[in-house]
Amino acid sequence: MARYLIGRAAAAALVLWAAFTVAFVLLRFLPGDAIGARISPEEQGSISSDQLAALRERYGLGESMIVQYGQSLLDALRGDFGFSLATGAPVGEAIAEALPHTLALAGAALLIAVVLGAGTALGAVYTERPWLRQFLLGLPPVGVSVPTFWVGLLLIQTVSFQWGLLPAMGNKGFESLILPAATLALPTAAVIAQVLAKSLTETWEKAYVDTARAKGASRGRILLRHALRNAAMPTLTLAGVTAGNLLAGSVVVETVFSRIGIGRMTQLAVASRDLPVLQGLVLLAAAVFVTVSLAVDLAHPLIDPRTARAGAQEGRTA
Amino acid sequence: MVTPLLRVRDLHVTYRTRERHVRAVRGVDLELAPGEVLALVGASGSGKSTLAHSIVGLLPRGGAAEGSIRFGGDELTGLSERHLRSIRGARIGFVPQDPGVSLNPVKRIGEQVAEALTVHRRADRRTAAARAVALLDTAGIPNPDLRARQYPHQLSGGMRQRVLIAVALACEPALVIADEPTSALDVTVQKRLLDHFAALTARTGTAVLLVTHDLGVAADRADRIAVMDGGRIVETGPAARLIAEPGHAYTRTLLDAAPGLTDAPARPEAPQSDPILTVTGLAKRFTLPGRRRIQAVDGIDLAVPRGATLAVVGESGSGKSTTARIVARLTEPDAGTVHFDGEDVTAARGAALRRLRSRVQLVYQNPYASLDPRWRVGDIVAEPLRAFGLGDRGERAARAAELLEQVGLAPELLRRRPVELSGGQRQRVAIARALAPGPDLLVLDEPVSALDTAVQARILRLLDDLQRRLGLSYLFVSHDLAVVRQVADTVAVMREGRVVEHGPASRVLTDPADPYTRELLAAVPGTTVRAGDHPLEPAAATPRRDLA
Repeated sequence: MARYLIGRAAAAALVLWAAFTVAFVLLRFLPGDAIGARISPEEQGSISSDQLAALRERYGLGESMIVQYGQSLLDALRGDFGFSLATGAPVGEAIAEALPHTLALAGAALLIAVVLGAGTALGAVYTERPWLRQFLLGLPPVGVSVPTFWVGLLLIQTVSFQWGLLPAMGNKGFESLILPAATLALPTAAVIAQVLAKSLTETWEKAYVDTARAKGASRGRILLRHALRNAAMPTLTLAGVTAGNLLAGSVVVETVFSRIGIGRMTQLAVASRDLPVLQGLVLLAAAVFVTVSLAVDLAHPLIDPRTARAGAQEGRTA
Repeated sequence: MVTPLLRVRDLHVTYRTRERHVRAVRGVDLELAPGEVLALVGASGSGKSTLAHSIVGLLPRGGAAEGSIRFGGDELTGLSERHLRSIRGARIGFVPQDPGVSLNPVKRIGEQVAEALTVHRRADRRTAAARAVALLDTAGIPNPDLRARQYPHQLSGGMRQRVLIAVALACEPALVIADEPTSALDVTVQKRLLDHFAALTARTGTAVLLVTHDLGVAADRADRIAVMDGGRIVETGPAARLIAEPGHAYTRTLLDAAPGLTDAPARPEAPQSDPILTVTGLAKRFTLPGRRRIQAVDGIDLAVPRGATLAVVGESGSGKSTTARIVARLTEPDAGTVHFDGEDVTAARGAALRRLRSRVQLVYQNPYASLDPRWRVGDIVAEPLRAFGLGDRGERAARAAELLEQVGLAPELLRRRPVELSGGQRQRVAIARALAPGPDLLVLDEPVSALDTAVQARILRLLDDLQRRLGLSYLFVSHDLAVVRQVADTVAVMREGRVVEHGPASRVLTDPADPYTRELLAAVPGTTVRAGDHPLEPAAATPRRDLA
């Protein structure tokens, strides 16, 4: 087990390094730079090319690519991700400040997505009424195809403005979390429902389900005690991808609901070509992916004992 | 006449799919007395399994039963699901076909047995665990405490089937339906399991409906036998009488096909010739997860006679399949040599290995898994030709048609896909594919053990015919001595990686020197009938005790 974890940690370091490098190269090829983005078109005539070059020098943009890369990689290893070109604040601190808000949002969204998605899937497989099954199975495609920002605006319009039930914007307290989390959860819930319903339907055809029926177990009991755990594997694997969806979705949701967070920060950094911030955000995203996929892999044997690694398993006997 | 426990009258079962209606059971009448053992025998597709499932209302989606099923005073057809649930498990137990897939892989054995009690409130949470261990013990599972805490994949197939028997008998039902309970198991395991099962049901006076394709198993185990064909019961009678004087033509066909019931003598001894394949001091060790090692093959010597058949016999885990794979050069041995046609091919590479591959071909056990479902039969059969660069497109197509004809299939099948074929047809396609490059030696790994006895007999006849016409040599791997008796010229019996007995079939099968060979011979179904110790009285109403 220890050897396995060390291997996974080494692989994670490699992924982070690759993400850092690719992000560095791609960001340098974006048209325009932070200096250009900070100077308005009207000002451009009044600034000489010498002055521009001096500005670039000050922000370390004048060095050759290789030197810039080596310098920022060394800094990143020391935990120093540089300063935001837009605000001048240290990137690490800025991310640390925004992260809890987004984690709360993503966590709440994941919870809603699992409850909603699993509920839909279980209901669709449990019911013996064909029309209800068709209706429930028709929900996920609708869920993934409506745009997130539209759902967000719709919720603000009705729940906040018409009924005045929940706040439309801001980061104040639990109430302000509900609408954005629900908005963010919708596409994820749809994907969970779709994948889980499919694997539950497949599991329902397995011979051990017949064995359970022959014992006299009820439909609900078979569904929850036998089928669900067997069908959960593909859904769990999906959770790794879902984490990425939530992170990407937070860009839109935080903007629509005017919330502070990683998503909003990403949107602002892209708009102002704030390379150090973008670099830090890419690393954060990579770190989230690596952590989630490791957690998912470690959770597999808890759900399916057959995937337990050698050593953790009692020997098979004839 | 005792009131029957189960009385089925004019039962029809239809499967409705979008395209068509399949009438699987067409007007069946059946009676079963308390404590009686009735075997329902037929080929696959005869409707026997559907009939068994319809009694407990466990038909797959789209299946509908009409008619009357009376069980202990209740009419089961048209009964509500809730009421049926109270009968399933509690008053009718069910032992499914394939122990490999019939237990929930993510739940502990103990929980799965305990559930059979708790759903009928025969035990509460605390007592159920202890009762489950006791039930496992009764089902003949050693170390039941330990086993209860394990998962299904940690148990062998025979052990898993014992678990399923424990589940079926947990509530002491009046009737147990066993659907091909041992067809996925080795013969020796089958015998021990059925012996134990018979003893348990006889002790509690439980009636048994035993569904099987093997008339030998039915003859050994049942008081009465009902023979099914095309959704109808064509003949019913006391087991001994039905075997001795079959009334219906279909029963006679089944009887001829049952390997254990035909007294086909071992093949006449083939003239001694130089062997086409010799294996010397072969050894192979595998490392299992958890760093345990297993010596699969432990220094064996074998010889396949030219133009004749060597049968390698043993239970699963004996090393016979590993041996076959080493001979086919699919697995590398740790030690020992393989000589083919006078040439050392143990380490053949490159061109020499390719030449060997065209002369030694393999036929696998499972014709459902060894054919690519997306390919057409013509492409499957012609693939080795393409791989060895033999002929152009037209010649290959012509050769594929010729090969199909050789294995007794119509050339129309060239355009079909495997899913459209029966198990027997698929195995014929697999044989045609193996014949394509014109091999001298076929390695046949359990080629008929996934098939019905009737289909088995036809495939074995085909292999015999091909051997004569094409001068082929066979290395025939099997767990079933009844099958081996029909095909082998020489026999090697393997156990735990070693050859315990090796000699001419006529001697090994009639006068075995090793006690293990004798045990294998005794496990062949139908043995009690041939030995003449089957009770002749139609024991319709009395529970059997003779197997206890």
